[in-house]
Amino acid sequence: MSTPVKAPKPGPRAAGAQPPRPKAPKPGPPQNSPAAAPVLTGAQAIVRALEQLEVEAVFGIPGGAILPAYDPLLDSTKVRHVLVRHEQGAGHAAEGYALATGNVGVCMATSGPGATNLVTPLADAHMDSVPVVAITGQVASAAIGTDAFQEADIQGITMPITKHSYLVTDAADIPRILAEAFHVASTGRPGPVLVDIPKDILNAKSPFVWPPKQDLPGYRPTIQPHGKQIREAASLIADAKRPVLYVGGGVVKSGAHAELRRLAELTGAPVVTTLMARGAFPDTHDQHLGMPGMHGTVPAVHALQKSDLLVALGARFDDRVTGKLSTFAPGAKIVHVDIDPAEIGKNREADVPIVGDCQAAIAAMVEAYEDPGPERLKGWWETLNDLRERYPLGYEAHDADESLAPQHVIERLGRLAPDDTIWTAGVGQHQMWASQFITYETPGTFLNSGGLGTMGFAVPAAMGAKLGEPDRTVWAIDGDGCFQMTNQELATCAVEGIPIKVAVINNGNLGMVRQWQTLFYDKRYSNTNLSTHHSDESPRVPDFVKLAESLGCVGLRCERADQVDEVIEEAGAINDRPVVVDFTVGRDAMVWPMVPAGVSNDEILYARDVRPTFDDEEAV
Amino acid sequence: MTKHTLSVLVENKPGVLARVAALFSRRGFNIDSLAVGETEHPGVSRITIVVGVEVGSLEQVTKQLNKLIHVLKIVELEPDASVQRELLLVKVRADAATRGQVIDAANLFKARSVDVTPDTVTFEVTGNSDKIESFLEVLEPYGIKELVQSGTVALGRGAKSMASLSRYVSPSQVK
Repeated sequence: MSTPVKAPKPGPRAAGAQPPRPKAPKPGPPQNSPAAAPVLTGAQAIVRALEQLEVEAVFGIPGGAILPAYDPLLDSTKVRHVLVRHEQGAGHAAEGYALATGNVGVCMATSGPGATNLVTPLADAHMDSVPVVAITGQVASAAIGTDAFQEADIQGITMPITKHSYLVTDAADIPRILAEAFHVASTGRPGPVLVDIPKDILNAKSPFVWPPKQDLPGYRPTIQPHGKQIREAASLIADAKRPVLYVGGGVVKSGAHAELRRLAELTGAPVVTTLMARGAFPDTHDQHLGMPGMHGTVPAVHALQKSDLLVALGARFDDRVTGKLSTFAPGAKIVHVDIDPAEIGKNREADVPIVGDCQAAIAAMVEAYEDPGPERLKGWWETLNDLRERYPLGYEAHDADESLAPQHVIERLGRLAPDDTIWTAGVGQHQMWASQFITYETPGTFLNSGGLGTMGFAVPAAMGAKLGEPDRTVWAIDGDGCFQMTNQELATCAVEGIPIKVAVINNGNLGMVRQWQTLFYDKRYSNTNLSTHHSDESPRVPDFVKLAESLGCVGLRCERADQVDEVIEEAGAINDRPVVVDFTVGRDAMVWPMVPAGVSNDEILYARDVRPTFDDEEAV
Repeated sequence: MTKHTLSVLVENKPGVLARVAALFSRRGFNIDSLAVGETEHPGVSRITIVVGVEVGSLEQVTKQLNKLIHVLKIVELEPDASVQRELLLVKVRADAATRGQVIDAANLFKARSVDVTPDTVTFEVTGNSDKIESFLEVLEPYGIKELVQSGTVALGRGAKSMASLSRYVSPSQVK
């Protein structure tokens, strides 16, 4: 990851390393000596620091405690504030911005409820390692601990869901703390950092010294991998008969897609990309088997299960990938590369642990690898290609009632949208179909909530992505359940001129929950009908077309397969306003393949009651 | 489940103890004992934690602790290679008839009497947890009125110190 803060790396140097270089003057912003530094209020210092950190946008909502910070923000010509409608939207927008641009996303909220509304996006960013800095107002220092109006201990509340957090006690610390927050958020394993600032500190005056001296003696991410481990890994790959490159979000975060491609082509090994890594390796590449896990492809899931060597690259053996852990990839040795040492050995013991940045580690593996020739993987590829042929991703074009198939909508969206489109998704069936039926060729093109599984992620994340990448089309693929959680940010998009496009895959239900009720609860549909379909008993509540129009967007509807392309083209042509398309789809479509929760990946179902047959076992 | 003693050097910042304690609880690790205090360096505190974990989990504990920004260094102190001590204050019943026996027992454990009343004696004793436990067993028949125990503190044996703190201490912490 590139870091916007070019601060001296704290911490010890390796023995034998060159002596510390003299600290060169920082490029860009002029240096201030404390004596000559301008005296600013804490509020002004925040805005000045954000400008120095080259922050382009802040998503937020003002309120009592943060109010002082909003006054100097009005004058900033460099930092654009986007007034969202709910703080959760600010947080997800900051995530979407960060995921699309690679820069730190920034959100801002007031104390108490403003800050607690950021909890969900901070937890989301923590689980998916998204670099976000949240700045919150706090009640005045003297009132802290008195249960004052709009007081919440947001530092305490967010301790387990942030990479780090600060409560500022001196206005003079603001430049240093913001610089540190950006540094911590964007380096090592990225993550969210919270900076809580009491109102009196925002008003207090202090010299503004930039660049500040960072003080992080306990923060020393390991970037360079261990050479011996790399050689060991390279030799295991060369010896393996059934290797798989198991690629996770870390490859995207470290920008290692080019190195990954070299390693894959050099070794000839099959590649699987997790939900967080879609696009890290081109979907059209012949060595790509697709996504592993609960709704992964049969070849990807089977490849992991039968592998003799998993090379996990920035992946964390999440339960949605492994299924029942004790039966996951039972015959595989593990090479595990991760920048976070705590991930290695957490869920699965690694035979070759490699702590370091994926880009550096993969590049080093490419260097160290000596190819024994392509013949050794021939049998492995025969098995996998046979599975690819027999069990491709697919779906039935229509439900029994001839309703529109959601997968068809998503597939056509993928075909008709421009190549460099950024896609976001909420959580549920539509998210899985968006992962399965859109072809991702480049990293950072599919933004979704993987670890936390946050419904409502799509619309605000699309807003943040579009603000960061205004020249690219941004499509949010959302469900009718998710959409109703955060669609208020369409008002923000309309007012602020952020023309995103939203495809509501409207099946009238909490679709994934309904799917589980169908499969595991005897079709007892408890509380999953959202009434967003038109029926004899009720009209659509809400009518998404009317809702979109009232939010300043264009609202379109599509109910038949023969309208799909036309509506997508129509939506594609609108670039002056946000567009919402209500794709009214059948409610009975299910996501396949599926590994039911808590069972072995070997129990994968290709479709309902259809277990694939594998070469090494009797046909069922 | 085995007990391990971790010595954790941390930056002396507000909330650092809360971060460490919260990490243990949310990751499902049990703290048996915890002691925290300043070190020879004013910017750095040492937290001594006795944790009961499966062998494989200990590595996960230390790795998760290391991720806390305020944690500078962690060492596991093996019982054989370290000095481990707890402090016990115990108030035991001792009237004219039993006081002599109680004090004799205390002497065997090198306990000091720090408060005496006609009916009780309060002792102060240090030692490892086995010694403390044995002492309490001996006093039990006389009637323990109340007691308080500190967490374990520990230092590695030998000439070496846990870390050259200068590696971790930034100039701003030098007072």
